[in-house]
Amino acid sequence: MVENNRWGNFLAHLILIIGVTIVVFPVYVAIIASTHPPGTFVRGVMPLWPGTHAWENYTTAITEGRSRAGTPPIGGMMWNSFIMAMAITIGKLSISILSAFAIVYFRFPFRIFFFWIIFLTLMLPVEVRIVPTFQVVADFGMLNSFAGLSIPLIASATATFLFRQFFMTVPEELMEAARVDGAGPMKFFKDILLPLSITNIAALFVIMFIYGWNQYLWPLLITTDPDYYTIVMGIQRMVTGGDSEPLWHLVMATVVLAALPPVLVILFMQRLFVKGLTETEK
Amino acid sequence: MATITMEKLGKVYAGDVRAVTDVEIDIADGEMIVLVGPSGCGKSTLLRMVAGLETITEGTLKIGDRVVNQLEPAERDIAMVFQNYALYPHMTVFNNLAYGLRNRGFKKDEIDRRVREAATMLEIGQFLDRKPRQLSGGQRQRVAMGRALVREPAAFLFDEPLSNLDAKLRVQMRVEIRQLQKRLRTTSLYVTHDQLEALTMADRLVVLNGGRIEQIGTPMEVYLRPATTFVAGFIGSPAMNMLPADYLRALVSAESLAHLPRAADLIGIRPEDLSLDPAKENEMSLSGRLMLLEPAGAESHLHLTFEGVKDTMVVRLPHVPDVEEGSDLTFSIKRDRLHPFDAATGKRVA
Repeated sequence: MVENNRWGNFLAHLILIIGVTIVVFPVYVAIIASTHPPGTFVRGVMPLWPGTHAWENYTTAITEGRSRAGTPPIGGMMWNSFIMAMAITIGKLSISILSAFAIVYFRFPFRIFFFWIIFLTLMLPVEVRIVPTFQVVADFGMLNSFAGLSIPLIASATATFLFRQFFMTVPEELMEAARVDGAGPMKFFKDILLPLSITNIAALFVIMFIYGWNQYLWPLLITTDPDYYTIVMGIQRMVTGGDSEPLWHLVMATVVLAALPPVLVILFMQRLFVKGLTETEK
Repeated sequence: MATITMEKLGKVYAGDVRAVTDVEIDIADGEMIVLVGPSGCGKSTLLRMVAGLETITEGTLKIGDRVVNQLEPAERDIAMVFQNYALYPHMTVFNNLAYGLRNRGFKKDEIDRRVREAATMLEIGQFLDRKPRQLSGGQRQRVAMGRALVREPAAFLFDEPLSNLDAKLRVQMRVEIRQLQKRLRTTSLYVTHDQLEALTMADRLVVLNGGRIEQIGTPMEVYLRPATTFVAGFIGSPAMNMLPADYLRALVSAESLAHLPRAADLIGIRPEDLSLDPAKENEMSLSGRLMLLEPAGAESHLHLTFEGVKDTMVVRLPHVPDVEEGSDLTFSIKRDRLHPFDAATGKRVA
């Protein structure tokens, strides 16, 4: 149907190249800036070729950070971010898959009502409920703790909704066959529903991990102890902290490192994701 | 091995919707009962009530000597074959067969023995390591059967197991299921909407309509003496012709219908009971105009009209006759092959 039009091809590629350049260029600048000595970035003319200080800048960022200005080494912040992101991801996945299981497979009073309550919370992002949530977390004494960082972000209407939609497509006969085969509800969940959901779990894992990793406002609000700083808010502390000029070469190194785990998660999980897509069938 | 006894079995859904009413069936040990009826007649609901997948709201259900109304499907010692097979898609064929046994805590070597035995019986031995999606429709059907077999249950329940297969495979599996059932002598309850499947597979068949039993009997009893006009129209293909007795009286000699009771105001005639041979003793003759001749290879269907009568009639002949459409033909039929019904109640009167 599409003619092999030389000009059409050229135009399409041109637009794509421009689009990719616009997206990739800032990332490229960040990577380049992280390899130059202090001061290069603020001079106003940004070199476009990698500098020679890469190793030095990254080791400084990871081991020392900007300790004198109150920013811990980013190794520790990366670890905090990882723990928070994993806690949020695993918590979200387990809670939402179980609530979806309850809503789809069990008949209990006010089932539809509860579904809509969960659905309604989709309309309330963290920012909207941040003040009352802060109050609750503070009252529970969870400021400056991993529990405080992750628990308020665990409930997830999106994942519950997606799992519900998936469960509804699983033929009811599978559940009936399992009942005849002597499997109770939790056994059915573990032996049949969970293996069939692997694809969805992998996809949601990617989304949730990045969501958790990129949390900015919430960690900024509830952590005052540098031991619990996460990397994303750490970048902000690095830029504004202290009286001296921001050490842009270290900030940029931190930015690159902060962007790495989500990229790795996508690369790694994508393989599992595709594998899951090709191997399961309803 | 067990009997299944249904006493006054009924199902009422929330909102007072009746699906099944007053069903009484005694299934003997080793017997194959086929539930047949049009869609929505309650046959699947009844089967699922026996399986324990639907709650029983009225009556008692016994498997063997046990009342099982309140038991979970797994505790009823039954195995079920589903219409869409309901194989676990992520498990190999072996694990599909073994799952029910594992849940019941069978020993590993016993599971292995039973699975291989069933696989041999169903000729799916070479597929044990495959996943269901790598199998054809017929092979999946066999795996579904195998999952029921390995359990060695008191009863098999089949929920339209052949309706997802193509015509040729359906006939083949029909024969295989019947042979297997006869060999194992396992009590079976089989649901279908296909009257041919019902006639060929059943020891006894149960015709359901609107949640009630219309007739229970051996296939030939039901075919030769349908108890109601519904059964008469449902069993047999093409369907039985139904003519008002008054119309028929105008078409044939008076003494031909004299043996029928006076209440018989609707007469059923099977298309295959008419022949082109001249009427002999105890036979009556009937003339009509041939509207359409449908040759079907080994047989032919003749559509007749009668002057002054709006009803048409189908005749089935075991050959394709050399006749012209539009010509007048005279058929003969044995008098005792007429099926007299009361039009008001729909019941057979003699």
